[in-house]
Amino acid sequence: MLHWLTLMADSLPSLLWAALVFTVPLTLASFALGLTVGLVAAVVRLFGPAPLAAVVRFYVWIIRGTPLLVQLFLIFYGLPSVGIVLDAFPAALIGFTLNVGAYTSEIIRAVIGSVPKGQWEAAYSIGMSWSQAMRRTILPQAARVAVPPLSNTFISLVKDTSLAAAITVPELFQAAQRIVATSYEPLILYVEAALIYLALSSILSALQVRLERRFGQYGGFLEAKS
Amino acid sequence: MIRLSNIEKRFGELTVLKGVSVTVAEGRVTALIGPSGGGKSTLLRCINLLEIPTSGTVRIGEEELSFQPGGKPTWKDIQRLRGQTGMVFQNFQLFPHRTAVENVMEGLVTVQKWPAEKARERAMALLHKVGMAHKADAWPATLSGGQQQRVAIARALAPSPRVLLCDEPTSALDPELSGEVVEVLGTLAAEGTTMVMATHDLRLASRIAHEVVFLDGGEVVETGPSRELFTHPKRERTQRFIATLTQQGQQGEGV
Repeated sequence: MLHWLTLMADSLPSLLWAALVFTVPLTLASFALGLTVGLVAAVVRLFGPAPLAAVVRFYVWIIRGTPLLVQLFLIFYGLPSVGIVLDAFPAALIGFTLNVGAYTSEIIRAVIGSVPKGQWEAAYSIGMSWSQAMRRTILPQAARVAVPPLSNTFISLVKDTSLAAAITVPELFQAAQRIVATSYEPLILYVEAALIYLALSSILSALQVRLERRFGQYGGFLEAKS
Repeated sequence: MIRLSNIEKRFGELTVLKGVSVTVAEGRVTALIGPSGGGKSTLLRCINLLEIPTSGTVRIGEEELSFQPGGKPTWKDIQRLRGQTGMVFQNFQLFPHRTAVENVMEGLVTVQKWPAEKARERAMALLHKVGMAHKADAWPATLSGGQQQRVAIARALAPSPRVLLCDEPTSALDPELSGEVVEVLGTLAAEGTTMVMATHDLRLASRIAHEVVFLDGGEVVETGPSRELFTHPKRERTQRFIATLTQQGQQGEGV
């Protein structure tokens, strides 16, 4: 028992370091980039010319329909065969961004569509342009509805970054694997890694609650009890 | 002056307006009445181009725009005409994420680039006018329907439009709440605000409108001064319609 505690305490700094240097930046960067891709993709699907919208539909179909791990392998191990050689971290960043982009584009498309048509008309009636209506009237209302499903994507992403271990990114899970290889204590190390993932996603859950409160101040919707 | 000439509007195979011409004089209130599906809302929405007419000409004051089948007006042309109008919707359509006063300020700040301070001053004056100054900082969700509609009227008036368009402004309200809205619109009419309203509300039309246009099947059936048209309609079709309105009124059913 004491042995386990010592091992946990000894390995904690290197696991936290791996989380801080790889897991967290990878999560934040690919979520921010993915959200941007998702917003553009959603706007193209809703308002863009038909051929472009078809391209976006194809992109979403491919990304959602194939395993994330396979996508990462294709980018990191597959692309060098056609002369595109990427370091592990950028490869992972591209893979996760494309993945987040596909899933969030569907969320954003749905929440933009959920704002009543009358809100567009009200915005137009006071002289707003399409982009003013979008920015000032539609997106703020859509954002409120988007917080819970986008939080789902964000939280999934934190955990999914562990797949980057398979393409040699020395992130949290890989750090745990490496210590297991020398200590032969898989149970304790993997529990420890799991707890760190849990802590990270708990921070995001707390952030979700705060965002919901902020966006929810104008009322008129059913709120969660706790 | 607003002049709609030969307005035709088709949605695919369906022709909703069949060459409608209506003239509204400055400072006058015109009510568009008629059965649902008769084209009154569509005609109203053709004035501020929320619907683009298939063909015809819309003139508001000095600004004029003609439409042809297949042609598409430029954004600038649309804005040129739309800028002359303000609109009040059946379901209020206040921006739920902005307070009452912010709703009224929105067009001034975002579109006309007024400084916030000045916009707030004008917004407060307008809220005062519609009797809503005491709720300036309230969220729309906390207001009654009548209160929301009064804020919406202030919002539509903020950019000083040449004409106020009202699309069934009292239809979503019970008789008591619609009373507050009728009162506000009556005050505006008395001050010489030019208005065009599509309505089923006999109380609203008879009390405020100077002229009435009766639309059915996408055509103007009859038009005339409101008192005359309501009491002595000439066409048989108009008589039947007015009779049903009065009957409903007497039975006290939401008019």
